[in-house]
Amino acid sequence: MEPVQTSFKEPSREAEKEGRSVLPASQNPKAHDGTAAGRIVLDADDISRALTRISHEILERNKGAEDLLLLGLHTRGVPLARRLAANIAAVEGTTVATGSLDVTMYRDDLRSHPTRAPHRTELPAAGIDGKTVVLVDDVLYSGRTIRAALDALSDLGRPAVVRLAVLVDRGHRELPIRADHVGKNLPTARSERVSLRLSEIDGEDEVTIQ
Amino acid sequence: MNRHLLSIDDLDVADIHRIFTTAAEMHDVQRREVKKLPALRGRTVINLFFEDSTRTRSSFEIAGKWLSADVINLSAKGSSASKGESLRDTAMTVTAMGIDGLVVRHSASGAAAQISQWIDVPVINAGDGTHEHPTQALLDGYTLTRRLGTLEGKHVAIVGDVTHSRVFRSNVKSLTKLGASVTVVAPPTLMPAGVGDWSKEAGFATSWDLDSVLPDADAVMMLRVQRERMSGGFFPTAREYTIGYGLTRGRLDLLKPGTPILHPGPMNRGLEISPDAADAADSLVLDQVSSGVAVRMSVLYHLLAGESDKTDGGTA
Repeated sequence: MEPVQTSFKEPSREAEKEGRSVLPASQNPKAHDGTAAGRIVLDADDISRALTRISHEILERNKGAEDLLLLGLHTRGVPLARRLAANIAAVEGTTVATGSLDVTMYRDDLRSHPTRAPHRTELPAAGIDGKTVVLVDDVLYSGRTIRAALDALSDLGRPAVVRLAVLVDRGHRELPIRADHVGKNLPTARSERVSLRLSEIDGEDEVTIQ
Repeated sequence: MNRHLLSIDDLDVADIHRIFTTAAEMHDVQRREVKKLPALRGRTVINLFFEDSTRTRSSFEIAGKWLSADVINLSAKGSSASKGESLRDTAMTVTAMGIDGLVVRHSASGAAAQISQWIDVPVINAGDGTHEHPTQALLDGYTLTRRLGTLEGKHVAIVGDVTHSRVFRSNVKSLTKLGASVTVVAPPTLMPAGVGDWSKEAGFATSWDLDSVLPDADAVMMLRVQRERMSGGFFPTAREYTIGYGLTRGRLDLLKPGTPILHPGPMNRGLEISPDAADAADSLVLDQVSSGVAVRMSVLYHLLAGESDKTDGGTA
């Protein structure tokens, strides 16, 4: 007799994705097992090429690097944002502001998990007002993380434009959200798991599916 | 983490560090234009205060409100408790309104623990008699950790009215859990019997001589002389207490340069702490207040935001 509760009680798949990815490689028994880790869909070179292309797309769309802020979503969006910024700096010869955003407090599934400590939200001193903010995440799935990120942004200031860049879009959206820049569209079944590993966190670059 | 926060004993070291990490993020919210996080939206917290309090109650109130909870303050004055209602009936009544968390302050030691046996929502002890005041100890530990980097191997002197201090009891537990050594300094009349056995941790010591402890301290925590709990006779005169155990201007010179000074407030200026110490550059008194909001936000978040222990999930 409480139909409204079902959405809270059903753990979001997006959160499952994050829950797994926060495990350090050393604590994840599957991480080192080549077969159990699943099929590699993007290797280090693929990831590097995709990020180079996204960097150029962002520059083209923004007509340069002015007022650009690349905001990585924890955990793996943060190093991705830094890599994109490094690419853009190499092309344009100017530094690009980066930051990190934690959306834990804004999630719609807080009540279906034990609480965890939030990661750091770090913004440039100039803030986000009037900036072109590009949210950077690893895998776009249900869209609920991005929804939470948009809510968090509105509490932090008023960007001129917000865009979304993801390395992998695996479909199965539950909200009207789409990415502006996609590294790879990856058709998946809901039962499959897509994992991104990055050298900054996991020691190597690859995207696997299992 | 335990469902209630009644004592520092409810927390292990990992819990304390998780609370500190979260508090650091909450601290940033205080500097934002929009001081609001949606984590407790739709949740209701009652501050049930049977004892006078300004900073703790308002600190919990702000913390709850910044997390988007609805916060209601009930004090004993003007409530049914003053008409003779029992503690149990008061607790059951406010809980029956459908609240999600209860913050309790009471003059009787163990009151919060007792209430937690009766009701079905998380209970946070905001001070029970002379027993514990866990969120104060957490905010002290958090303030010191931010200042000193770590408490591992640091030496904290806690000075003053130990007998009546719940702040002291909670702090000894949390500071030693965090790896600090603690020396308790008090006049013999205000040192509880058997205090030496309270902590098994290494580095726990007691002293009657403030001047010999101050040069070795990495931080000094002054405790308020709680005249309201004293029936007299603990020391001859206020002036004599100040001479022996007050942090006077002269004693500041005994401290290593940069040693932080803490006081849980409200301060008796001129009694246990001189204005020179209270307003010194190394005084963290106001940092403690702002940290208090962040730490209480962190505690409320961890106890109330996540999944409920109850199988019916019906707290919302």
